[in-house]
Amino acid sequence: MNRATIDLWVGIFVAIGIGSLLFLALKVGNLSSSRLSNTYTLEARFDNIGGLKVRGPVKSAGVLVGRIADIHFDPENYEAVVTMSVDGRYHFPRDTIAAIYTAGLLGEQFIGLEFGGDETMLKPDETIRKTQSAVVLEKLIGQFLFNKAAEGEGAN
Amino acid sequence: MSDDILVDIEDLHFDYDGRPVLQGITMRIPRGKVVAIMGGSGCGKTTLLRCIGGQLRASRGRVRLDRHRLSEMTHAELYGIRRKMGMLFQFGALFTDMSVFDNVAFPIREHTDMSEEMIRDLVLMKLAAVGLRGAHGLMPGELSGGMARRVALARAVALDPMLVMYDEPFTGLDPISLGVIGQLIRKLNDALGATSIMVTHDIQESLLIVDYIYFISAGRIVAEGTPDELRASRDPYVHQFVHAEVDGPVRFDYPAPPLRDDFLGAAHG
Amino acid sequence: MASPAALLRRLGHAMIERIWRLGFAARFLAAILRFSGVSLTRPQLTVREIYFSGVLSLLIISVSGLFVGLVLGLQGFETLQRFGSTEALGILVALSLVRELGPVVAGLLFASRAGSAITAEIGLMKTTEQLKAMDMMAVNPIARVVAPRFWGGVIAMPLLAALFSAMGVLGGWLIGVVFIGVDDGAFWSQMQSGVDFRYDIVNGVIKSFVFGIAVSLIAVFEGYDCQPTAEGVSRAITRTVVTSALAILALDFVLTSFMFRGSS
Repeated sequence: MNRATIDLWVGIFVAIGIGSLLFLALKVGNLSSSRLSNTYTLEARFDNIGGLKVRGPVKSAGVLVGRIADIHFDPENYEAVVTMSVDGRYHFPRDTIAAIYTAGLLGEQFIGLEFGGDETMLKPDETIRKTQSAVVLEKLIGQFLFNKAAEGEGAN
Repeated sequence: MSDDILVDIEDLHFDYDGRPVLQGITMRIPRGKVVAIMGGSGCGKTTLLRCIGGQLRASRGRVRLDRHRLSEMTHAELYGIRRKMGMLFQFGALFTDMSVFDNVAFPIREHTDMSEEMIRDLVLMKLAAVGLRGAHGLMPGELSGGMARRVALARAVALDPMLVMYDEPFTGLDPISLGVIGQLIRKLNDALGATSIMVTHDIQESLLIVDYIYFISAGRIVAEGTPDELRASRDPYVHQFVHAEVDGPVRFDYPAPPLRDDFLGAAHG
Repeated sequence: MASPAALLRRLGHAMIERIWRLGFAARFLAAILRFSGVSLTRPQLTVREIYFSGVLSLLIISVSGLFVGLVLGLQGFETLQRFGSTEALGILVALSLVRELGPVVAGLLFASRAGSAITAEIGLMKTTEQLKAMDMMAVNPIARVVAPRFWGGVIAMPLLAALFSAMGVLGGWLIGVVFIGVDDGAFWSQMQSGVDFRYDIVNGVIKSFVFGIAVSLIAVFEGYDCQPTAEGVSRAITRTVVTSALAILALDFVLTSFMFRGSS
């Protein structure tokens, strides 16, 4: 095997390898589509975030507008503080509501931003005032049973 | 000390895992000579060669090569002096993934900046010296044992070394190849003005080509002399070796307890 | 029958032997790094070894990757169907491959295809005194023989793992979309929204890189350290494959627990 042939094959090999990496990065991964450029951060406080995860999506009107950057617990107010990085192209009014939704019955949880009618826009690092916590299935069922029981008592 | 001593060994001891292999070897090898180190299998002669090549370090005593003490050399200095040495290994140790040409060219390419044309001329010249110029395109696997040994010889002398070492150069060769290698060793030594040290147990071939012979047994030099002196020697050890007698100072039997103990002991047990 | 004391002694001896070899391997790695200059100044040597460990493994890696992808597609579809979420097939196939199966299975294949060949080659060179001959020619065998093979393996392995994952994703797509009829758009879009570049793909590449270092080191070490006999070489080859497999699986666990802790 002479030198030129080996060089050629190794060249082909490296090209295939790098091609595979690019395929994984661009086609399989989210490097191309949802790489958010020029993001700014917003904060929101929730009583309960349910199963929300870091890197989870932030959507508005169903469109992906950002990702969850950080979640931590505020021990003073006993609240969950969620930091989102939001695409710099989008701005939201100050009275926007951040709500935690579930995609489907068992799907992943995400933050939905529902905008209000305020004239002034949220600035970077500002906190969204109005939030709506995650719906916890157990609570819902418990409430339902409690109501049923109350109804039953009322009927008697 | 005179200038014509190339290898100067003084009271060399070498232990392997606490077991003494060499016990006080002293020898002076003058420039330009072909010297044979002989002895039965396992007597330490290959170890001695390794000590001269700097692959093993002496436990005690010293080895001087061209007036440099090997034991005081750094790795780089050792590599520096090895460029002036050539070594022929027992079965040639040709690089099996390279052609004959590339094998001989290997040390030249590694250590010099010669152009490919010059390397080509030099390699073909070396191969011609061992009579294998026509075989330069073959792979080592396509060579006979004798041819492989000759290619390895060409590789060992590729950089015109001042010292060439041969580790059992005659092992496993037919009588014709054996004679060819023997003659080549002598011829190349004289043509290059080199010094050769040969470790072997082939006494008859050695007597024909060497200038001086050392006999080693159990890590000590037991006899030495020129071929003529040894042929005439009455030393029982030399006599046994030269005439290939089965029993003598070198025992046929491996040391064992007396027969009675072995057999009767077994019967009791 | 060995007495308990003898058994214990043998066990202790084997342990000390292992630890001794581990230390020797670490020193060997340091020597490889120290003498890696030649691999840089003469890249031709390393390119040659990339050819032997990379190019010659192309076929087995891409075919195995394809088959693993096909199986993942079938099994994944089978399971996801029960929950009525077959469009998640893409993300299932891609995450399994990129995070785990790509680096691990490609590493195992690489150990048995290229690692064993490296051990055999170096072991044979040792047995036929080629390494000693090189040393006597004032050419350092670690620089000239061992380091290029080590770096060739280290470079080839991540590329092979990426190829394996890519072929696997194609295999999953082939089964899921082409044969079973999962929606093409859902397959890719679910995959893209679920597979993160930084957390999944980069971590997968880091894994394969670490496996490449481990397998290449084990292969060159076993070859260099083998008993210079035919039996010794064959034992060294077996040890390369077995030790590499264990090292890959153990390292995989360690790396996974570092990388993906709490992130998803």
